[in-house]
Amino acid sequence: MTTQTTTPTTTTVLDASGVTMRFGGLTAVRGVDLTVNSGEIVGLIGPNGAGKTTFFNCLTGLYIPTEGKVSYKGTVLPPKPHLVTKAGIARTFQNIRLFANMTVLENVLVGRHTRTKEGLWSALLRLPGFHKAEDASRERAMELLEFIGLQDKADHLARNLPYGDQRKLEIARALASDPGLLLLDEPTAGMNPQETRVTEELIFAIRDQGIAVLVIEHDMRFIFNLCDRVACLVQGEKLVEGTPGEVQADERVVAAYLGTPFEGAPGADEVAEVEAAEAHAGTTAPAETAPTRTAPTKATGTPADTTAPDTTSTDEEGTR
Amino acid sequence: MTMTNNNTPTGTPLITVPAARHLTTAGAATALIGTFLAWTWTAEFPGDLTVTGYPGGLQVLTLVGAALTLLLALSGYGIKGLRWLTPGGANSPVRLAAIGVLGTTGFTIGAISVELGGIVNLEPGAWVSLAGAIIAVAASLGLPTDQPLDDTIKHNPLDRFLNTLRAPAPERAKDLPNWAEILIIAAAFGVALHVFTYGIDTEYAELFIGYIISVAFGFTALNRAGLISRITRLTTKHRNVTLAAALVAAFCFPFTQQNEQYALIGANILIFATVALGLNVVVGLAGLLDLGYVAFLGVGAYAAALVSGSPLSPVGVQFPFWAAVLTGAAASLVFGVVIGAPTLRLRGDYLAIVTLGFGEIFRLTVNALNGVSGPDLTNGSQGIPSIPDLNLFGFDFGISHDIAGFTLGRSANYYLLMLVFTAVVVLVFRRSGESRIGRAWVAIREDETAATAMGINAFRLKLLAFALGATLAGLAGTVQAHVSYTVTPEQYQFAGSVPPNSAFLLAAVILGGMGTLSGPLVGAALLYLIPAKLQFMQDYQLFLFGIALILLMRFRPEGLVADRRKQLEFHETGQLDVPAEDAPLTQTTAGTTKAGA
Ligand SMILES: Nc1ncnc2c1ncn2[C@@H]1O[C@H](COP(=O)(O)OP(=O)(O)OP(=O)(O)O)[C@@H](O)[C@H]1O
Ligand SMILES: [Mg+2]
Repeated sequence: MTTQTTTPTTTTVLDASGVTMRFGGLTAVRGVDLTVNSGEIVGLIGPNGAGKTTFFNCLTGLYIPTEGKVSYKGTVLPPKPHLVTKAGIARTFQNIRLFANMTVLENVLVGRHTRTKEGLWSALLRLPGFHKAEDASRERAMELLEFIGLQDKADHLARNLPYGDQRKLEIARALASDPGLLLLDEPTAGMNPQETRVTEELIFAIRDQGIAVLVIEHDMRFIFNLCDRVACLVQGEKLVEGTPGEVQADERVVAAYLGTPFEGAPGADEVAEVEAAEAHAGTTAPAETAPTRTAPTKATGTPADTTAPDTTSTDEEGTR
Repeated sequence: MTMTNNNTPTGTPLITVPAARHLTTAGAATALIGTFLAWTWTAEFPGDLTVTGYPGGLQVLTLVGAALTLLLALSGYGIKGLRWLTPGGANSPVRLAAIGVLGTTGFTIGAISVELGGIVNLEPGAWVSLAGAIIAVAASLGLPTDQPLDDTIKHNPLDRFLNTLRAPAPERAKDLPNWAEILIIAAAFGVALHVFTYGIDTEYAELFIGYIISVAFGFTALNRAGLISRITRLTTKHRNVTLAAALVAAFCFPFTQQNEQYALIGANILIFATVALGLNVVVGLAGLLDLGYVAFLGVGAYAAALVSGSPLSPVGVQFPFWAAVLTGAAASLVFGVVIGAPTLRLRGDYLAIVTLGFGEIFRLTVNALNGVSGPDLTNGSQGIPSIPDLNLFGFDFGISHDIAGFTLGRSANYYLLMLVFTAVVVLVFRRSGESRIGRAWVAIREDETAATAMGINAFRLKLLAFALGATLAGLAGTVQAHVSYTVTPEQYQFAGSVPPNSAFLLAAVILGGMGTLSGPLVGAALLYLIPAKLQFMQDYQLFLFGIALILLMRFRPEGLVADRRKQLEFHETGQLDVPAEDAPLTQTTAGTTKAGA
């Protein structure tokens, strides 16, 4: 997996073309095209109600898109959630949907479902392969819990975890299905800045394992830090797509977020500041908006590159 | 180290704690002594309470209750060798046990007075025991509380009183050698078998009511004392041993029964419990509310009856029993898939309504297949009577056998046969529950959307649960047909006064504890035994049953046997959340010294 490189010529993992979703008269998603390449972290931003979650639901088969098709590594996906997961796309939910009354370990084990075969007969008769498969699943699940740092809470009930841990557990559960593409719906919502930092590093680590990531987030600093490419959805339509720098500089994005166009083009820094303020107004401390950074220059996103913004951010965290 | 923290139940104490303890002990002893005296002058009141020096009937219950109170009270003194009795709290169990003694004694005195016409019929012994019980209860209220009043409880007198009946969970016990732990488990099952047999053998309603009062309070007292959770810890540690012990205890039951009628109750409880456990796969694990489950029992029973060689069976064949069992199970399986496939795409309430409908359709169809309104397949409302008794390997189930000095009657034979089926269902429940499939079921129950997003084919797994549940019920049905001689459509209703019906099955699962192994077994035993023993309440049975369910849902929504998850779900104490291994070291050492006492 470490041999994965992130050169522009890598394969396309996800290819959604012309995805449209209508609910009666409301068109929540309108003709959205999006591709995610292997080794890439792609961000999806947009104001509330823009259709981001609906787009995710179309990708994962929870909704059957009215139009358009979604293909994963070249094969068109049937709109059935379990088949999508089996094909290799895993996801988390905006409003956490853990199996609340199962333990942390069991949650992850459920995530292994598609990658294990043991059926009812195997369970009833305890056929030879049963214990081996069960042990292997447990081992892999514990590995994942260690990866997200919840190994000590394996026996706790999911519902009793702190909020941040619940979000992390959702990621571990999704990773358990050995996906090639991970869809994260607002993975840092409700997290404090430290937790957000940890999540950011977690996502980089996931990408380094060769898993492409598509992430929805309102936290602009987080998105622009993290992503190789960002798409902005407004009222169901894809407005812009490009490197974080490009999207940050695009006045249509700012207009969409603030509702009114700006008189005179603002500088990239100001845009970022305004956007950050917007994103954090409801959830996090005002102090969060203070540091403004120049547009990250990590479009190529090689591992060496990715560590650089990390360290600077950590410094910021420390000095605050 | 001591369990006493100095908040007494009522602000300023009327008596000092040591005085209260002495008085409680004295009261319990008095109640105990009273049971050796005559309570009434005539043997007209059942149980013969007239003999001095030999407690009988309800006196025995008071005797046992008083002895338990005495032991618990003595344990409260910190006497070495008795302290293991109360690892949780030492005072609330005393109160509960004393109240139980007062309840049993008071009930007995009331029953004697009412049945014989006035309190003049009481002899001094009854008054001695009553006085002892009252003193014990009153004095025990002066003992400290085990559980400090927390601020979430409103401080009105009732809440304060209820709080005095609670106790914190006990600390972890010192690990005993394996053989000792296994011996404790065996002893616990021995006691449980004894208590259960006593209940089944109660010959008159008064004794059964007294029994229920005694068992309810006695059990709660032991639970508060922390003994039950200690034993539960052992049983979860040695699960196979526990299963084996339970099986042996259940196996011993018919050997204690010389009365055919009581052995039949045992066999019917076993059938009911087995079907309830099958339903628990569907409701408890997969979370599918099935209101027509009894139909699957009916399909199995009818299939077995049709091929049983009954002279009145429209199908004139006689299969060997193993083939009949397979036929019954297969018929139920097919029926389950046929019903499940179209309905399982529905969620929640819709599924409940559709299964309710299908349950009734089964009954009506069987009624209609009588040769008049349809082809003759089932004899309609006549049912299929005279199902012959089984004969396996030359063992005739219809006649009595003498084995090692014990006589096993017809019902005992069927009880033992049914026990094999119960064991199979227990094994199926446990093994399927603890596997990839079982986890997927629970995941679907918890959040179907998230489960499908985890790659679970929800429809297929729900159908699997439904079909497995149906097959298990069908299995039980094949034995039931033989036990009851006759199968008629009216045996398989949604609600009726005879227990294996859909409403009672569901109640057994909910009352016992959804998703647990032992819950439905306990629930089914209670739900069968209570109506069977209290015949005089027949007319009000459904009414009382409804009240009991409402009370249960109000006070113990997780059911009698709660699995750890459910307990957390309904009572957010957060305490139980900490896995056993996480117990702080300091606590463990405290627990060790105590357990070592
Ligand atoms: N099942 C549905 N039926 C009808 N309308 C829906 C449905 N799901 C979403 N919508 C509508 O589609 C629009 C887009 O919703 P969506 O949840 O995708 O927005 P979002 O971009 O995820 O917003 P947020 O940032 O608040 O999460 C909203 O107007 C929403 O009301
Ligand atoms: Mg959303």
